[in-house]
Amino acid sequence: MTAVVEQRDRSLLTRVQHVLHAQATIGPAVVLLTSVIVFALLSERFLTPGNISLILQQVAVVGTLAVGQTIVILTAGIDLSCGAIMVLTSIVMAKVASETGLPGLPALLLGFLVGTVCGLLNGMLVTRLKLPPFIVTLGTLNVFFALNLWYSGSATIRGSDMPSLLLWTGQTFTVGGTRITYGSILLVVLVAAMAFVLKNTAWGRHVYSTGDDLEASRLSGIRTARVLLSVYATAGLIYAVAAWTLIGRIASASPQAGQTDNLDSITAVVIGGTSLFGGRGAVVGSLIGALIVGVFRNGLALAGVDVLWQTMAVGVLIIVAVSLDQWIRKVKA
Amino acid sequence: MTTPILQATGLVKRYGKVTALAGSDLELLPGEILAVIGDNGAGKSSLIKALSGAVVPDEGEVLLDGSPVSFSTPLDARNAGIETVHQSLAVSPSLDIAANLFLGRELRRKGVLGSVFRMLDRAGMREEARRQLDALGIMTIQNPGQAVETLSGGQRQAVAVARAAAFGSRVVIMDEPTAALGVRESRAVLDLILQVRDRGLPVILISHNMPHVFEVADRIHIQRLGRRKAVVDPKSVSMSDAVAIMTGAMEPPS
Repeated sequence: MTAVVEQRDRSLLTRVQHVLHAQATIGPAVVLLTSVIVFALLSERFLTPGNISLILQQVAVVGTLAVGQTIVILTAGIDLSCGAIMVLTSIVMAKVASETGLPGLPALLLGFLVGTVCGLLNGMLVTRLKLPPFIVTLGTLNVFFALNLWYSGSATIRGSDMPSLLLWTGQTFTVGGTRITYGSILLVVLVAAMAFVLKNTAWGRHVYSTGDDLEASRLSGIRTARVLLSVYATAGLIYAVAAWTLIGRIASASPQAGQTDNLDSITAVVIGGTSLFGGRGAVVGSLIGALIVGVFRNGLALAGVDVLWQTMAVGVLIIVAVSLDQWIRKVKA
Repeated sequence: MTTPILQATGLVKRYGKVTALAGSDLELLPGEILAVIGDNGAGKSSLIKALSGAVVPDEGEVLLDGSPVSFSTPLDARNAGIETVHQSLAVSPSLDIAANLFLGRELRRKGVLGSVFRMLDRAGMREEARRQLDALGIMTIQNPGQAVETLSGGQRQAVAVARAAAFGSRVVIMDEPTAALGVRESRAVLDLILQVRDRGLPVILISHNMPHVFEVADRIHIQRLGRRKAVVDPKSVSMSDAVAIMTGAMEPPS
């Protein structure tokens, strides 16, 4: 071990690979910046305050879901039930408040509790029955969605029947002509808090190492089952926050809302540079990923491109992002 | 005779109808390298797992410094000062070297930042990692902030050994530490093992590689059919005799 490491000449490509390996968020950040510039050149309406406000509103719900989805994917899991948990939770908050006259705060907290319990159920099935997260959450996706239809009676609850606190996330304040919803602010705060926890606490490190190598983590003395359980429960709580943002966004609680939001959140996480194989990525990347999807859809729409081509562009982005991740993983010393 | 630092008596472990350990003994003396050799299925792994808390023996006793201990998880053994370098290394590739050294026992910042915000003491851990790697003379690892997956097999092994040496206060167990390594890297790991011993930590070394065993071991424990067949001195027994005892072709010298 006393030999000196030789300084090999590295090609530009290898250097790029190393930089991306050390900082997975750089790639998505560059893509976001480039797409903003390109769309701003294509359409003068793109960078107007009204349009920016619209993009932020469109991104808030999926972005919030993506925060929870990120920590699940970091453990090499996947959560297909996130959208269903969100919708079920939004219905519980809204219906309990509108029917029993429960004030806003307890209704909100009840929703948070329901979301956490749903997440905990996912975590129990993953850790106790040792089923693959894909199968567990595919099952609970249907269970939670059915519960949602049953409890709501397939009926939408109008915003005017709810306490104002539940609609607070849809309210706006104006900065430099741009109207920003409190839901978007909530998302930014959530991302910052989660980024801090993942980077600076032992729990955060254990989330990464559990996803990286479960057996190695166990042998290192990490209680991996407890880590997984806490991750799914925390994700459930975050989906309940997304439910709050959803109510504000559509000014109602609909049992049919957010049908594809589970896949959209996975899209945001993957485009944001987090590896589906676990142990690698960052929650800031997921926010950027959600923004990339929002900017692409909005920018292409403004440029007069048909919806089907917008969808195709997102599809291509996903494949490019995952290929990039595979390539980065092959990094050598 | 000195008291063994780690001792096992009459360990039995059955998996269904298979008896992996049939009343096995083991003694590790202070400051020695005890090699454990044996054919496949002789019960080496089960013996080591019982000592490191990875499996719980059905019968028998483990004594640490003469007093009985019972480990139900790897964490128990670790808390008692027994560190194991597993064959799979048990490192997390995407985390950096310092993070791996402290995996599962991270240090927190002092004051409110640590107690309320649970913040990790990154600088402190890096510094300590640097110190441990230096102490073992691992010069090729330049930066404790480097991700483990960018290291070579030998360097990863060095990280795992450094972790064991840093936290093991009583015993270090190494399971096939040179199995996946090239000649030069094996050499470096053997030097590391000798260094760990010279720092006063006794080592149990499990290996299939006879030249390696004969080079570093102070005593050789030969495991056969779930029992300890013999303990030999590498200076007085030849390599071929040790293999003959291990395979049952020869009875151990009495």
